[in-house]
Amino acid sequence: MDTKVDAVINTKNIIYDVEKIRNDFPILKTKVHGKQLVYLDNAATTQKPLYVIDKTNNYYNKYNANIHRGVHALSQEATEEFESARIIVKNFINALGKNEIIFTRGTTESINLVASSYGRKNIKEGDEIIISTMEHHSNIVPWQMLCAEKKAKLKVIPINDAGEIIFEEYEKMINEKTKFVSVVYASNSLGTVNPVKKIIDLAHSYNVPVLLDAAQAVNHLKIDVQELDCDFLAFSGHKLYGPTGIGILYGKVNHLENMPPYQGGGDMISKVTFEETTYNELPHKFEAGTPDIAGAIGLGAAIEYVQQIGLDNIAHYENQLLHYATDAVSDLQGLRIIGTAKEKISVLSFHLENIHPHDVGTFLDFEGVAIRTGHHCTQPLMKRFNVPATSRASFGLYNTKEEVDILVNGLKKILEVFG
Amino acid sequence: MMEQELRELYQEVILDHNKSPRNFRLIEHPTNFAEGYNPLCGDNINIFLSINDEGIIEDISFQGSGCAISKASASLMTSILKGKTVEEAEKLFERFHELVTDKLGDNPDIEDLGKLAVFAGVREFPARVKCASLAWHTMMNALHNKDEKVTTE
Repeated sequence: MDTKVDAVINTKNIIYDVEKIRNDFPILKTKVHGKQLVYLDNAATTQKPLYVIDKTNNYYNKYNANIHRGVHALSQEATEEFESARIIVKNFINALGKNEIIFTRGTTESINLVASSYGRKNIKEGDEIIISTMEHHSNIVPWQMLCAEKKAKLKVIPINDAGEIIFEEYEKMINEKTKFVSVVYASNSLGTVNPVKKIIDLAHSYNVPVLLDAAQAVNHLKIDVQELDCDFLAFSGHKLYGPTGIGILYGKVNHLENMPPYQGGGDMISKVTFEETTYNELPHKFEAGTPDIAGAIGLGAAIEYVQQIGLDNIAHYENQLLHYATDAVSDLQGLRIIGTAKEKISVLSFHLENIHPHDVGTFLDFEGVAIRTGHHCTQPLMKRFNVPATSRASFGLYNTKEEVDILVNGLKKILEVFG
Repeated sequence: MMEQELRELYQEVILDHNKSPRNFRLIEHPTNFAEGYNPLCGDNINIFLSINDEGIIEDISFQGSGCAISKASASLMTSILKGKTVEEAEKLFERFHELVTDKLGDNPDIEDLGKLAVFAGVREFPARVKCASLAWHTMMNALHNKDEKVTTE
């Protein structure tokens, strides 16, 4: 591979300088077992650019204080930075107002918030909730818990062999009993991008609200919640080149206003007596306790970083990488790609015949290559494809074709040893 | 071509037992049986035993799916335990566990472990210790005919 060609790719007349981008990520210079780190586990978590690390450190170094409380200078600065992160998020997904943006610990907490608050209030015995076969456990278990509590029924949209939702089955499944639809925007195990606009439109024709689990979509696809018309959207900071421990729940304001609080505590109240409590206005009603202030500021910084490169450019570049990698592994003997949907984010899951993913992971680790091996928190999906686990390479904005070559060479070595 | 540590983990014996596992079959009417599961990687191993009245393991076999380390471990374990008494099996379990969890020091006396010594390399891979020990834990549960599923978590 000619690295110079690889380094600078002209995407739609915009120069995508991957070498320059790589310099923004200090961790990419790390050596693993004496080899240069090749980080291909971006669907698990992404690395953080210096810009995010500095912004986070800056809060602790220069203006660490609690928010929404003190009248002192540091508290005011912290509050301003925290709230401006909220506005960055609001603009990023084009929400109508900043009161629709709730800071949570991550996608999982965001989904649990909706299942617990909206779900407990609105789901009744005999109601039905629809999810899909390719959901992460975090978009299965909260609904199972709710269904068990309310004697409601969980329905699962099947998928085809390529790993795509069978839309006709969804059309058959939805009816007047359906009270909620919660589906993943892009699958962490397969890479499939679901036809979410169509899913939402059909649900709305039955007056059913839809939650999108956008954990894997948010760093690959431009999201406009008004255009999608989704009722809720959940994502995490750490898959978007931001810190762990911070995430977002977007909700349409009319839903959020009618929902009871999720947790009680400080910040979510406006007046407390021992007889009764008046809840604070949105979004604070759902933000009990001191939040991850540094995390929120870091998430804001991560969004700024990604926007500066441009999500369209990133998507275009990652798509090229995915195609390059898909072609490169297709020649390997006994390799089966799990997830061959037409629309994919840059996730390449595969299974090598007679070689367990854990062995693949250990071998690649010695080549410096970090991939994910296991069931990816999608056990029902593994069952659907009749594999105990898969190996998954997932590409981020800083990966290169050279790194794909290192992955493929590693796989060739494994085939030699186990062949 | 392979790194030293990697070569010690994936020794020829292990690769061989992975490729052609011994005693990889069902025992129709076992006296003892247990199911083992590693939720981290989805490894699943069933252990079947036929133990006679004198407490001797007359037959032992396994079925299931797993990585090379867990498959080879089950294969070697069944080969070694056939003909042993229950007490001997329990003793070997303890010794094997000490070996893979690095309790035996740098130059351990592991002559009694025989072929099982090939698993010494696992010590360097903490994430893989569970792979090597799943079959053994499951076998122990089968010996005591515990009903619950063994999990390594």
